[in-house]
Amino acid sequence: MRFHFKTSYDHDIRLFPDRWTLSVYGALLVLMLVLPWIIDSFYLGEVTNVLIWAVAGLGLMLLTGQTGQVSLGHSAFMALGCYSCVIMMENGVPILLALPLAGVLTGVIGAIIALPALRLHGVYLAIFTLALAILADDVIVILSPWTGGVNGKFAPEIWIFGIEINRWANPASWYFLALGTAVVVTLLYRNLLRAPLGRAFAAVRDSEISAQAMGVDVARTKTLAFGLSCAFAGLGGALLGLFAGAFNNETFNFLISIQLLMMIIIGGLGFIHGAFLGAIVIAFLPQFLSILTDNLGSASIPGLETGVFGMLLIAFILFEPMGLYGRWLKMRTWLELFPFARRDMFRRQKTYLKTERLR
Amino acid sequence: MSLLTLENVTLKFGGVTAVNNLSMSVNEGEVFALVGPNGAGKSTVFNMISRFYRPFNGKITFDGQNLLDRRPNEVASLGIARTFQNIELFDHATVLQNLLVGRHRHRKTTLVEEILFMGRTRSEERKHRLAVEEVIEFLDLQAYRDKMIMGLPYGVRKVVELARALATKPRLLLLDEPASGLSVEETQDMRWWIDDIRRQMGITVLMVEHDMGLVSKVCDRVLALADGAALAEGTPTEVQSHPAVIEAYLGTSAISKTANAKGERV
Amino acid sequence: MEVMQLLLSGLANGCVYGLVALGFVLIYKATEAVNFAQGDFMMLGAFVMIGLVNPQYLGMNFWLAVPVALLIMAALGYLLDLTILRFMFGQSQTAVVILTIALGFVIRFVAGVIWGHEPQSLHSPLALGDVRAGGVVLSLADISVIVVTLLMTVLLWQFFQRTKLGLAMQAASQNQMAAYYMGIPVKRVQGAVWALAGVVACVAGILYASKGTLDISSGFIGIKAFAAAVIGGFGSLPGALMGGLIVGLIEPFAARYFPTGYSQIAPYALLILVLVFRPNGLFAQVRVKKV
Repeated sequence: MRFHFKTSYDHDIRLFPDRWTLSVYGALLVLMLVLPWIIDSFYLGEVTNVLIWAVAGLGLMLLTGQTGQVSLGHSAFMALGCYSCVIMMENGVPILLALPLAGVLTGVIGAIIALPALRLHGVYLAIFTLALAILADDVIVILSPWTGGVNGKFAPEIWIFGIEINRWANPASWYFLALGTAVVVTLLYRNLLRAPLGRAFAAVRDSEISAQAMGVDVARTKTLAFGLSCAFAGLGGALLGLFAGAFNNETFNFLISIQLLMMIIIGGLGFIHGAFLGAIVIAFLPQFLSILTDNLGSASIPGLETGVFGMLLIAFILFEPMGLYGRWLKMRTWLELFPFARRDMFRRQKTYLKTERLR
Repeated sequence: MSLLTLENVTLKFGGVTAVNNLSMSVNEGEVFALVGPNGAGKSTVFNMISRFYRPFNGKITFDGQNLLDRRPNEVASLGIARTFQNIELFDHATVLQNLLVGRHRHRKTTLVEEILFMGRTRSEERKHRLAVEEVIEFLDLQAYRDKMIMGLPYGVRKVVELARALATKPRLLLLDEPASGLSVEETQDMRWWIDDIRRQMGITVLMVEHDMGLVSKVCDRVLALADGAALAEGTPTEVQSHPAVIEAYLGTSAISKTANAKGERV
Repeated sequence: MEVMQLLLSGLANGCVYGLVALGFVLIYKATEAVNFAQGDFMMLGAFVMIGLVNPQYLGMNFWLAVPVALLIMAALGYLLDLTILRFMFGQSQTAVVILTIALGFVIRFVAGVIWGHEPQSLHSPLALGDVRAGGVVLSLADISVIVVTLLMTVLLWQFFQRTKLGLAMQAASQNQMAAYYMGIPVKRVQGAVWALAGVVACVAGILYASKGTLDISSGFIGIKAFAAAVIGGFGSLPGALMGGLIVGLIEPFAARYFPTGYSQIAPYALLILVLVFRPNGLFAQVRVKKV
């Protein structure tokens, strides 16, 4: 077991609390940087996919995991990010500018949309955002002159400093674009968590009433959380659309937002690691299932992915609501304490439900 | 000089009058207690000061400013901090993080500074941390600094909630039943702390408490409430021996009030 | 006459939404949970009926099959509670929401495996025959939908107001612990609620399948039913029916009088408006958390 002897407040403030953590994440970064030379281009594409989903997942994580607001409508904001980024690029804005701008735009619009939704609690917000996701589909069709409607759009060529980012010709370039975005978003997310705003998010999540008593403007905090969350989701959406090469209203179907939500729950709500672990599950589950059905010699079963996905989610909510990362934390603690870990150490606290209704 | 004043405040829930034409004033630097049977409207008074409820009529002023113009989150920035009857901590965060939320009203950094973690964010964080450490030191919470609230025993949570309120560096501290559910020793600690909060930190304390032992030891003045109206005001001894108060609690003549006070620790 | 026709078809559709919405409200009233899989329950109920009645499956008599299907769905609802939802006792509302969304995914998958992905129609005696009155054509299915829905609403409403079990359900939802201490078998009561929700879903499914074709994504009308429940104010049974009728009526009129593309957004736009301006539904109840 490692002990942390803190000698300065900076231990809790800086990005990596100690040398060990720093070296672990440093090693991970080095591994990620040399990955294109280790694995073949098919799997590199899959890893790119993981990173893109993780960016969008971090967006929803900020809202659901950190601030405790459930959104079933993030597909709408992924779509917004994607269309705005591509439209900007078609008008000659370089991607390095278009991508962040698309994120900012999505964030601002998300925050504006969130304003009326702020008074809604739990399930009502979920329904509101679900309606948004369904509306987005129709709005894309209505705005055909800009969005191409059902015929969709093709992603423009991407050039960064004279290098063409092409998924087929040069998969490593795409991988680095996704990796760069994921690293930047993760850093921003980490910064928020160690700053007052991140703590205000957690305060709103755990008790709105006492957050208010501590001087946290709950409405403003929720708006910011929603806006930032949409901004990250928009970035993820833009990358997703560009990576897919072509997209239309169906690409950002409302089921995508449900998938995103399931992803972060399986990964572990409230943890940055959770978004990445969830993205790995999302990206590799279809491969895994197709290999499985091939080996069993059966024909592919339509809808198997979503079915298994649903079952996985049920299993996680019942047995491991903290997700994969939560499971890992428990295993680590168990190993560190070995053989002194007690069975009921991780027992969940139950919150016996009381009505929110007056009647 | 009076720091907090309520003038003719009335609040009704449906047909029930929770607080009826109540006037009171808390002086700067004193420890003031609200006592009374359950349902007397003590917590409701707190919730009106915190602006969770809006009184039907009447005025609430803090340091000469009209509190009723303020939104709930602005009350904290005026320098009023509080604890809750059924502890309302941020359960999925550590003690340290909880106390740092208490520093929220002193936040100077903007969104952009925080998301990029610029230099000022770091130096502000150090300042917040220093202020919080002082509170941790004061309330002996060192052992729990990095523990999650979820796993803490009740007594410790109670102290953490007090610590979080102190971390806001308030001028007025509202304590909603600070000793309820505490053991004899813990209540004893609470007593010293409340004394020190007033003496060392110069913070005015307004509290709701049932434990008359604690009240008579730490409070300068007491206001007894029953059915939302003031019954008696004065020093703890005066109020305790006031006939109307004895009647409200023990119900020598009014039997209906005994029903109200049933199950109450006097 | 055209308006009359739109009105009637809207009413019939609205009743189906209303029935699914009743299922939502039923579970919400009794367990304070929101069942996002209610639409898929309906789809499953309809497919169970198809499996019993249609000649390529069991080929049972329609009227004999109805109680069997209801029973199967009730058993399924109870089993779901027994195996899954009971373990959510004491968990947050959001966790239950996400769980039921996942449940919907699984139900769709299972239905797809058993009955395939092609649209099917139920061999229902209700699907035959029209009634004509003064130039307005009304199918037998539409009429039975309206009649059955009204009947179900009244029955359920009476159930909650009058019967001991109904009151126990309400008590259990408002304070699980207190209800438990008062000797209400909270867990068994919740099982009964899910069984009842299964029955209501099955009724809705039979009527839906009598009106047209059915496939595994038919459960998505649950989202419209959701809109209905919210518009009516979650937690009110007559409100759910009213909400269903409003959504049902908006659709044909929007399709008739709005440009194409705009008509299908009407129910959701209304939902958003209601949530923004009357968050507690058109038939509001106010709530404040006590500290």
